[in-house]
Amino acid sequence: MKAWLAHHGQSFALAWRRLTATPVNSILSLVAVGIALALPAGGQMLLSGARELAGNATATPQISVFMAIATERGRTNEIGSRLEKHAGVRQARFLAREETLSRMKSNPGLREVIDALSANPFPDAFVVSARDEAPEAMDKLAVEFRKWPGVEHVQLDSAWVRRLDALLRLGRTGLLLLAGLLGGGLIAITFSITRMQVLTQRAEIEVSRLLGATEAFIRRPFLYLGLLLGLGGGAVAWLLVAGATIWLRAPLAELAGLYDLNLTLRPLGLVDSILLLACAGSLGWLGAAFSLRQNHGQS
Amino acid sequence: MIRFDRVSKRYPPGVDALSDLSFELDDGQMLLVGGHSGAGKSTLLKLIAGVENATSGAVLVGGQNLGSLSRSALPYYRRRIGMVFQDQKLLFDRNAYDNVMLPLSISGFPAREAANRVRAALDKVGLGKREKALPIMLSGGEQQRLAIARAVVSRPDLLLADEPTAHLDAQTAADVARILVEFNQVGVTVLVATYAHELFPGARRLQLDHGRLRT
Repeated sequence: MKAWLAHHGQSFALAWRRLTATPVNSILSLVAVGIALALPAGGQMLLSGARELAGNATATPQISVFMAIATERGRTNEIGSRLEKHAGVRQARFLAREETLSRMKSNPGLREVIDALSANPFPDAFVVSARDEAPEAMDKLAVEFRKWPGVEHVQLDSAWVRRLDALLRLGRTGLLLLAGLLGGGLIAITFSITRMQVLTQRAEIEVSRLLGATEAFIRRPFLYLGLLLGLGGGAVAWLLVAGATIWLRAPLAELAGLYDLNLTLRPLGLVDSILLLACAGSLGWLGAAFSLRQNHGQS
Repeated sequence: MIRFDRVSKRYPPGVDALSDLSFELDDGQMLLVGGHSGAGKSTLLKLIAGVENATSGAVLVGGQNLGSLSRSALPYYRRRIGMVFQDQKLLFDRNAYDNVMLPLSISGFPAREAANRVRAALDKVGLGKREKALPIMLSGGEQQRLAIARAVVSRPDLLLADEPTAHLDAQTAADVARILVEFNQVGVTVLVATYAHELFPGARRLQLDHGRLRT
């Protein structure tokens, strides 16, 4: 076990020496790998922010039922009991027009506008959750509610959440595609660098074989080189994403504030960071392994 | 220790390097293999080292038929042999110490013992004070001695040397030959491909001529 560990330690040290022997080339390679990885990692960070934004809004489809402003409270209560008794309704929450007015007034941007009005412009409303949340069932309920006396307008509130969710799903798919493509790019980079290293170290490989080195012994430093390139590139990607987060945070918060949205960029969390480094290291190792499989026999 | 039983080696497209060669070498002996250039001296050493395989016949080392040696067993077999190559095959980007350390790293020797062995081997060939020197900074004779140090650092049972005194001046060649003789005197079986027999007085000789044993 001690000898095995010593072998791996020597291979790692040799890989490190080879990497640092040509610092400019190595740094440029790490930057190339880092940029390739930063794109999906940054995309993941943006998606997390958007997901959080969507999560703040209710993801449960709801129907808003607005009464006509002139409707008497008695009629409204009658609608309320009809909703409660309806077989398709799971829950109906009443929003009195006075309550809506007071909530809107608490928004500094709207207070002045509302104060300028002579009367309360908001109607009584119900927020309805349906038992069956399938779009067709929700549409059917909305059509039925529209026919009830005193009901002015019926709105499916969840439509934009669903649209955002669909966009997020599309974003996730696109991100996976991008990650796959750029992961392939990382493998290609380490493949090429390992091939160059095998050609450069041809004499050493030949001598080592003659002195009794096993193929595993010869391959190991090259695999560690791939691992180091991947890990180094992953670290560069992490730094790029962290830098971009800091740089973009203030302007994005300002923009989100204009739309009354709470959208903040956060740097990659611990789990995402570990995942990034693990993926980068594995892809680097894989690229080196492919390259050795392809080129080692020719050395 | 070593037995060649009707060994032939043919290289493509049909060049016979060795033909029907048979001989035996006991443990602890020293054998000089002579002959003109292209006589088959290097091929003979390569067959013993497992670098080449015989086209026909059997090469046995320590009772092991090398023809039946598996690919995975070959590295472990080579670790038991010390080899001094005609072109030395030193690593020019590593200093003398690291060159000699290489076989021990491959064999997985513990660091402290390996360091002691490397220094002892360098001292033995007179390079104890030049362990930091890169091979390019060493003279031809010193490079040859460094190659010998690397070959013996694992304390092999068998030492193969291919033209170890070629291209060296008379004094340096004599020094290198003396070192090989000293290893033989402590029990190492030594097989030297050389045309400079006079440097190894009293050693057994095998003369090759166009791949055949000349009697």
